[in-house]
This record gives sequence, C-alpha cells and structure tokens, in this order.
Amino acid sequence: MGVGIKVEHLNAWFGKTQALHDISMDVPANHATAIIGPSGCGKSTFVRCLNRMHETIPEARAEGKVRMGDLDVYNGTAAVQIRRRIGMVFQKPNPFPTMSIYDNVAAGLKLNGFRNHKQLDDIVERSLKLSALWDEVKDTLRKKSGASLSGGQQQRLCIARALAVEPEVLLMDEPCSALDPISTGKIEELIFQLKEEFTIVIVTHNMQQASRVAEFTGFFLLGKLIEFDRTEKIFTTPSDKRTEDYITGRFG
Amino acid sequence: MPNSSHVAITPISVWRRSVNNLVTIAAAGAVILVLLPLGAIFAYLVYKGIGALNWAFLTQTPKPVGEAGGGMANAIAGSALILLIASCIGVPIGIGAGVYLAEYGRNRFGDLIRFTADVLNGVPSIVVGIVAYAIVVLAQGHFSALAGGVALAIMMIPTITRATEEMLLLVPQAIREAAYGLGVARWRTTLSITLRTASSGIITGVMLAFARVAGETAPLLFTAFGNQYWNWKVNQPTAALSLQVFTYAISPFDEWHRQAWAGALILIVLIVLAVSAVRLVAGRGMLKGTT
Repeated sequence: MGVGIKVEHLNAWFGKTQALHDISMDVPANHATAIIGPSGCGKSTFVRCLNRMHETIPEARAEGKVRMGDLDVYNGTAAVQIRRRIGMVFQKPNPFPTMSIYDNVAAGLKLNGFRNHKQLDDIVERSLKLSALWDEVKDTLRKKSGASLSGGQQQRLCIARALAVEPEVLLMDEPCSALDPISTGKIEELIFQLKEEFTIVIVTHNMQQASRVAEFTGFFLLGKLIEFDRTEKIFTTPSDKRTEDYITGRFG
Repeated sequence: MPNSSHVAITPISVWRRSVNNLVTIAAAGAVILVLLPLGAIFAYLVYKGIGALNWAFLTQTPKPVGEAGGGMANAIAGSALILLIASCIGVPIGIGAGVYLAEYGRNRFGDLIRFTADVLNGVPSIVVGIVAYAIVVLAQGHFSALAGGVALAIMMIPTITRATEEMLLLVPQAIREAAYGLGVARWRTTLSITLRTASSGIITGVMLAFARVAGETAPLLFTAFGNQYWNWKVNQPTAALSLQVFTYAISPFDEWHRQAWAGALILIVLIVLAVSAVRLVAGRGMLKGTT
C-alpha cells in the first residue's frame, strides 16, 4: 500500500544557489501526482529531495520537513533506508549494463544482502509482470544484458527494478521523455495500475501526460510551488494567473 | 505529390570521391605502419630463436659454460613467480588508488596523488630497481624474488591507478544514481556497480601494466638478481627470463646467443598467452548485448 507524503517548508540549495523556496505540499496516498513547470523550475530537485537523492550531488543540501507515512525523511533515518522505501525512476533509462535482466531487477535486494533465491525468483517475476515486461523478456532473463533491450523496455525494466524493493512511493522523473509515443503509452497505462499499490509522483514536461495520468498536479515556477490542486482544476480553472499563462502556452 | 517536394540528390563529385579514397588509403597505411614493427620483431625473433628452441630449453636449467644444451626452465618459472608477486602487490594497490581518485579524489589530496602517479610513471626503471634494492634487498640482506616483485609492482601501480580512474570516470553518473535510488550504500555501489561496469576497461589497464613490466630487465638486476638453478622460494635470488636473455646476449658464446634469441621469443609468446588467457576468462562472464 502507498502512503502519503507531507512536505513542509522545504528549501534546497546547490552550493549558494537556492533551487527550492519554502515548498509545502500534501501528496495523497495511492494517487498519481504530477509536477509540471518550465525547465529549471525545480521539479526534479523537488522529487529528488523526497528520497534524499538531492544530497548525493556535491555541495547540494536541503532543509525542511518531509514526512512519508510514519517516517520522518530528514530526521532520524539513514538516507539509504529512506531510498529503499521510496523507489525512483529516472529521465533516461539507466539499467546496469553489465547485469542480466534478472540481475537488474534483483539488484536492489541482492546488493542490500537479500540471499533467498527462491523468493528472489518470485519477486523478479512479480516485478516484471507489474511493469508489463515479463512476456517480452521471460525467455532471456539471465542470458541478455539489461542494455540490450529497447529504450522503452529499458525504462520498464528500471520500473521493475524500483518496484522489486517494494517501496511505498514511486518517484518518476520525466520517465517518458526519452521514449516514443508507443512506449510512453505503455508506461502511462502502467502508472494507472501501479496507483493501486503505490503512491506516485511524476515529473513531466508534457501537460497532456499530466492530465492523463494524475489526479493531482503541482505547478512549479522559479523554485516555488505556485499552485497545487486537483488536476482538472489546474487545467480548467487555475486560481493563479501564472499557472494559467503556463497552461495556455503563454510562456515556458 | 508535386515534384518540387523531392529533394534532388546530386551525384558525389569526383573531387569528394578522390579525397575520400585518399584518406582511406592514408588511414590504412597508418595501420600497416603501426603493425609493421610488431610483425618484424616477431618474425625476426622466430627466425633467430626457433633453432635453439626445443623441449630441453623449456624443461632444463642452464648448463655450465662450454657444455651444449640446457635451457631456461628455471627462468620461465622465476619470471612467473616474480610477476605473480608483482601482480599481488601492484594490482590491488593500483585499483584501490584508482577507485579513490575517481570516487573520492575531487580534492587537493587527489590532485597530489594524480601528480605523484604521473611522475612515478616517468621514473626510469633502473631507479625503481634501486628503490626496491634499498627497501627490500638491504633490509633482507640478500637478493630475492620478493625484491624483484616489489620493483615491478612499483612500476605497475601508476599505470593501473590512472587506467582505473579513467575507466571509472567513464561510468555514467546515472548508473551510480540508479544504485543510490535503490537504497544501496555508496561503498557497495562502488564495489558492485561502478567497478563492475568498468571492469573490462580496468582489466585492459592491468594487462597493459603487466605486459609492460613482464619484459623489464633493469629493475631486476639487483633485486631478483638471477639464478642458475631452480628456485621457488620468495626470499631467494631468482632467475627471470629477461635477466637470462640479458646475461646470454652480452656473453661471448654463440650457443648462448642462440639461447638468448629463443628466450626472447618465449618471453613474448608467454606475455601474449597470459594477456589472452586473462581476456578470455574475463570475457566469459559477458552477457549478450553488454555494452
């Protein structure tokens, strides 16, 4: 089951440059929430703060409160523990090139010391079925490298890899920006199914995509959260002029 | 469809075609120039050395001056022993330093190590031999395979360090992030993801360093020293192929000259075999479609 994320007064910096200004937002459990906004507005930084990936960049830091279910993300828990409970899918598919398809999916568990092979087999199969890749790869699981798949398949492999560690939240940072429309369609379908089990936050440049997959949408501009509401409200009757300008294509 | 929408494809001009051909020929010529010395050296070694090469050469120790026959079996084994010692010391230190530089070395200390490694790479091999003499031979009180191994290890380290660093830096940051995103700790990511992704390049670097020191003579002169007899002990003077070739080549005896050629031939063949074997073993784990 997914859990909600409560963000309060989140600020983030790269060195001396402030990238996020006082973000507060309630991401509801078991729904998809889209984050939209022009390039460089802090969308990616925002989701990377949710699982503390932001701080892996030298000189980057974040301050504020993020609660995920019963977990205080920035207080009292190691970053690696947080990341095991919040899965992440990146902009470009990034399978481990030297690993087989099987090992790619099992990587998160294996590298964290999970050794039960029988159970691993089940988890790999379940994750690949969840990400709608199983039928395409089941015969070459251990023979082919993750890098041998097509771009769309690689991205679904990365989703399976993230799901295998059984997170409660799945963060997707422009997961379709490197994919063709058919692969994009498959991933969007996937998001619909995954909502049953996970809370999803998806960063996207594509406003149609936001309106197709997400119940809630947040609009970011210059590191600030301008508006956060139900998706249809954002796209039909936004309360902020800047949101309206962006939606209607007047800038960005 | 109106005709104007077609893009006219103009035929490639004679000029462009001839430039293309010229450059292709020049590139092929460069390849031949590179391969020619290698082929020439090998052919000459075979021509000069094959006559002295027989079963006894590969299985017997040297005969005293004036007696015909004998071989370099002890030198082959000695070289293997010294190179094993050198690899056991040099490969882990070199790879370890390379990992530090690539993953944690974006600072002044890292720059210092980089600079040191580059300088060490340029130190003449005879000087490295003197260093090994000072720190191992003098301490032990006698020449040894260990001292030879240490000298060669010192020569391997900078090559392996810089190759490892470069190969690790080629691993895209996105691959590391994928592992961090799964909650894998940084040290685990480095060991199981980054190093593994770069492994084929690192192996190439290690093999280059290995092949380079395998034929070294100068650093062994007053470390391993040479030996006319079998020796398997790490702390005893040991024969080495390169040393034996050197000794025989500067001797006044025709028989020894022939054996020196054969020794040089064996040295090259063994290096090629060792490098190929490592590549073969390392390549066996590769999956279909691995980039």
